Amino acid sequence: MSATAKLVIRRGAPGEPPREESWDVPFEPGQSVLDGLRWIRAQRDPTLAIRYSCTNANSCKECMVRIGGKTVYACIVRLREGTMKVEPLPNKALVRDLVTEIAPPDERLGG
Amino acid sequence: MALPQHLAADVLVIGAGGAGMYAAIEAARGGRSVILADRSLIGRGGATVMAQMTVAVALEESGDHPEHHYADTLAAGRGLCDPAMSRLLCEQGPARIREMDGWGAGWARENGAFKRALAPGHDRARCVYVDFLNTGPAVSKTLRAKLNRIPEIRRVGDLLVRALALRDGACVGASALHLASGQPVSIAAGATVLATGGLTRMYRRNSASANMMGDGYALALAAGAELVDMEFVQFFPIGHLAPRLVGMDPIMWDPFRYKLGGRLLNGRREEFIQRYGAQDDGKYLATRDVATYAIVKEAAAGRGSPHGGAWLSFEHCSEAELRAAGGPVIDRLAANGIDLTRQAIEVAPIAHYHMGGVRVDATMATRVPGLYAAGEAVGGANGANRLSGNAITEALVFGCVAGKSAARHARSDGTKADASVFATEKKRLLEGRNALEFNPAAMLEEIQSLMQDDVGPFRTQAGLERALGKLRSLRAELPAVKPAAGVPYDTALADWLDLCTMARVGECVAAAALARTESRGAHQREDFPGMDAQWAVNQSIAVAGEALRIETNAVPA
Repeated sequence: MSATAKLVIRRGAPGEPPREESWDVPFEPGQSVLDGLRWIRAQRDPTLAIRYSCTNANSCKECMVRIGGKTVYACIVRLREGTMKVEPLPNKALVRDLVTEIAPPDERLGG
Repeated sequence: MALPQHLAADVLVIGAGGAGMYAAIEAARGGRSVILADRSLIGRGGATVMAQMTVAVALEESGDHPEHHYADTLAAGRGLCDPAMSRLLCEQGPARIREMDGWGAGWARENGAFKRALAPGHDRARCVYVDFLNTGPAVSKTLRAKLNRIPEIRRVGDLLVRALALRDGACVGASALHLASGQPVSIAAGATVLATGGLTRMYRRNSASANMMGDGYALALAAGAELVDMEFVQFFPIGHLAPRLVGMDPIMWDPFRYKLGGRLLNGRREEFIQRYGAQDDGKYLATRDVATYAIVKEAAAGRGSPHGGAWLSFEHCSEAELRAAGGPVIDRLAANGIDLTRQAIEVAPIAHYHMGGVRVDATMATRVPGLYAAGEAVGGANGANRLSGNAITEALVFGCVAGKSAARHARSDGTKADASVFATEKKRLLEGRNALEFNPAAMLEEIQSLMQDDVGPFRTQAGLERALGKLRSLRAELPAVKPAAGVPYDTALADWLDLCTMARVGECVAAAALARTESRGAHQREDFPGMDAQWAVNQSIAVAGEALRIETNAVPA
């Protein structure tokens, strides 16, 4: 049985005024917010920037974002009915949309 | 702060999984400066960090010998292993495992000795591991800690390598897209190591990291190197299928089966694997190719589990046994609402590993001077089917050899690339338009489904031809819808680049699979069941102009 989550996502690049966009995301119970973000990219807007690598194992630790004001991994938070607010990490430099600079400085191109 | 647009080092290593990190460490030990680049973050993407348990290694103090490991590896490879590559893996495995032990990998021990698990296809308990389900993270962490202390290694994440740079037929570096800034970056290097892993993310059901799209194969092919055994994609038979779990690797049931056996049952709750010529008996004995075949065939015959796979049951195990085998993983299962003493879970084959890859010699050199490869990116050691536990060993051993060879080449090779060899690729990256009518993320999922359905564990002439047609037309359509580089973390451009890779590498897999009119190991043709002795040959692929050229070659002696 399919349910719907409303994902409200804060988007934008550095120097742009941040904007909120929202999508209604259908899901099967058990699916993660990362599943929902990937669904938005494939079905609605491929330009949404998200960072992830292992997709489901919670081993890469790359999909760290804020959901409902808490810092979490998008791959282990489950989608639920109603509104879920997804934002980039507030304490890391913004790259674009939900992607922030989470690598140690000496592992970056400019580092 | 302006970002650098050009980097230079003696050795460039592309891919920061186990093979790439080991290659970087070894090249630095050879006195060379190294750039270790990854399109993901360093040491977080790739397959190594995902490894759940087994690392196959013949330790002589346990009465084992590399000859026994070698014999098992050749048998699993169904006649197609390159003996020199397999031998290298088996003979140098122990030294790498001991070196990793000295660096603090934390292999599980009992009374001072390495604990060893018996894995399918091995004649004895041969696989070391780190508890619980922690081999990959521990190996990654150990290598990261080691390379972080080496000042000659510069680590650069978010760097998606797009093309190798050639001068007079030799590899002199690479051109990349810096994902975070959206800017092209060139890297001049005396020697380059491809450690980009396999291609399993090309499949809908996969256990891959997002960076495992076959990049290294496309790069090598375009630079003039050969690929070998591309038709052999290993499906891990018991990948998690249902119910939906979060925070768990789909390969997670492997360690449980090593430790507890477990019962593999069809939709009628009958054991079935013996009907397909294998033994299981509540143990974990059937090799991956046979188990995959059995599960898919049973489901196709209408005897699958509700989601189209098989049941895996540990219901006969006590809570204490499960806790001893799974440790904290039992709590993570509980958080997902799973109690293994009361319920079976559903499993089905999932794309897991690619036996084929870049053709190299035993020094990890391709036929392109200055270009080396290591780890899963390399073909040959595992033939038509890989044994459990050989992938991490291969990553460490081949990474070490490639790093050494690249260091030696970089010393002898005085030529350094200048800006002119990178200019074309840089211009190409910046070209393009915002093609609103084309969604590369949607197309990527479509191609993953195509690969799963038509180039997956079971193949037919009609399906393979359909896939080839689609992949070739995609390849022709892509130039018109290329997004221009310049946007920070442009996921649409990254998908577009992945589609280019999928179109080319998928064509290699499908074309080799179409040509091989038999079934062997991980390559199963519904229209050509059974092994054919005449097909005990390798297929190699190179490009001739824009087209692929496939050749058959006798298996090396």
